[in-house]
Amino acid sequence: MNPPLPHLELSQVSIEFPTPKGPFRALRDINLKIAKGEFLSLIGHSGCGKSTVLNIIAGLYQPTEGVVLLNDREVREPGPERAVVFQNHSLLPWLNVYENVKLAVDQVFRDKPSSWKKEWIEHNLKLVHMDHARHKYPAEISGGMKQRVGIARALAMQPEVLLMDEPFGALDALTRAHLQDSLMEIQETLKNTVIMITHDVDEAVLLSDRIVMMTNGPEATIGEILPINLPRPRNRLTLSKDPTYAALRAHVLDFLYAKQARRIEEGVLA
Amino acid sequence: MRNDMVPFRLPPLRSLLAPLTGLTLFLAVWQGVASQIDTTLGKFPGPVETWQQFTNLIEEYQQEKIREQKFYERQRIRNEKKLQENPNAEIVWREYRGMPTFFDKIRRSLITVASGFLLGSLIAIPVGLLIGISKTAYSAINPIIQVLKPISPIAWLPLVTIVVSAVYVSESPLFDKAYLTSMFVVMLCSLWPTIINTAAGVGSVTRDMQNVSRVLRLSPLTHLRKIVLPCTIPSMFTGLRISLGIAWMVLIAAEMLAQNPGLGKFVWDEFQNGSSQSLARIMVAVVTIGIIGFLLDRLMLLAQRWVSWDKTATLR
Ligand SMILES: Nc1ncnc2c1ncn2[C@@H]1O[C@H](COP(=O)(O)OP(=O)(O)OP(=O)(O)O)[C@@H](O)[C@H]1O
Ligand SMILES: [Mg+2]
Repeated sequence: MNPPLPHLELSQVSIEFPTPKGPFRALRDINLKIAKGEFLSLIGHSGCGKSTVLNIIAGLYQPTEGVVLLNDREVREPGPERAVVFQNHSLLPWLNVYENVKLAVDQVFRDKPSSWKKEWIEHNLKLVHMDHARHKYPAEISGGMKQRVGIARALAMQPEVLLMDEPFGALDALTRAHLQDSLMEIQETLKNTVIMITHDVDEAVLLSDRIVMMTNGPEATIGEILPINLPRPRNRLTLSKDPTYAALRAHVLDFLYAKQARRIEEGVLA
Repeated sequence: MRNDMVPFRLPPLRSLLAPLTGLTLFLAVWQGVASQIDTTLGKFPGPVETWQQFTNLIEEYQQEKIREQKFYERQRIRNEKKLQENPNAEIVWREYRGMPTFFDKIRRSLITVASGFLLGSLIAIPVGLLIGISKTAYSAINPIIQVLKPISPIAWLPLVTIVVSAVYVSESPLFDKAYLTSMFVVMLCSLWPTIINTAAGVGSVTRDMQNVSRVLRLSPLTHLRKIVLPCTIPSMFTGLRISLGIAWMVLIAAEMLAQNPGLGKFVWDEFQNGSSQSLARIMVAVVTIGIIGFLLDRLMLLAQRWVSWDKTATLR
């Protein structure tokens, strides 16, 4: 069996940020090959550079060295084929739920008739179970609902790669579990390539095909990649009693809290 | 069904009680203080004398209207006669040129302030957007704004007057010079708050919103229309409201000096006139200026509420 062709590839990616104290090298030598339809989690301690990796793939940042290739073409700028679900939803507060998704649909599917667009927007709102609140404004809905609209907006762009920066970070456990299940369902049907940043080990193991674990910054890089060979569809209740699941979970925890334990005494947090 | 009906309710008496008490007390203090002040033109007018002069001004207005009607009536009869004698006679219709009454002056003031404010806003909004969007434009223009802003518009008035006289030479002028001078001064002072608040509004476009726009590859124009403008509008209207408030204050002074026949000139003329009624008539103008200023501000507040997408913000 041939390994699947890399769909998205990061090759020797490094980035330096200019700071008043001279250039700050946040990432170095990131190498990653991602297959089409793969679900990848990025995990690592706060400030190690996860968002930076995601922003480089999105094209919002330019790497100082190395390249990002999508279908063998270099990524140089942001584009709707690499949709981003931002960490804090970033809905436009003056547009209601429907209009927020419409902004994206109008831009990506410019040539489609408006009846098609309307259906497409409604379809995507249904996917995240938000069609009932289509006329509500962001200020009128809960954090979990905003996050779902953010996901609907990204999905509506029909992206090749879906980039999610801690999409469920600020949510309560129940909403989070519900959204994780919807995300698994959606990905099962749409087969997008997904890269998701998370702080939550259970979430990473439950959702991913592979977990990319990052070392601490500065000059953070990929420490280890852990394949998750659990069969799909996955169910959180049965998995919680699965010994493989427990072992994988323990492996990630070990990486984070033993190998990459934060050296607080060395002033990493300062 | 019956439960759904909201009964029509008068505003509760208690909510009117405080403002009414305040007003009554104010009028009492006014009357009390006024009776203590002796001037060369008699006692300082209290609320009663002011009200009397107000009714006088209404009467003068009505008489003037009757005079105007009579003038047109006479003109019509004269012209008809002319036509009967000679059907090819040239007919001349003359405009009635009476003395502008108090209410004509109010109208003149409103037109002057509105046109100056509109012209100022038409300049200020694009400039505000420009310096909000472009750092280069900001560093080029901001120092100039900071120096021009604290200048009292009245200081500009002599310069504006001379420039208008020199530049605006026309056989049959559409606008008179006093109007133009006042209007330009109003325009000058309604620029700054709008520019500054519009630029600040553009600054409230977050990095996240910009990233959304970049991921969607919005064109610069669409970015301006769909992201920057809506985000800026609440702040822009705050600036417009401040501008209109200042514009109205400055207008009165400008009209006094430029002799634009509005409320400012009315005050000035009464001051020069110095009859026994003058003080009370000035008092009418002063109260009118206050009430109109208040109404203009309410109007802007309504507009501000209407355009503001942030319905949770309390605007007052
Ligand atoms: N635009 C920037 N300019 C300068 N430094 C930056 C910039 N963006 C990120 N950094 C630095 O790069 C490092 C990585 O930041 P990043 O936001 O990617 O971390 P993260 O892993 O996403 O953290 P968190 O989990 O807290 O979101 C940090 O030290 C941060 O200070
Ligand atoms: Mg981050």
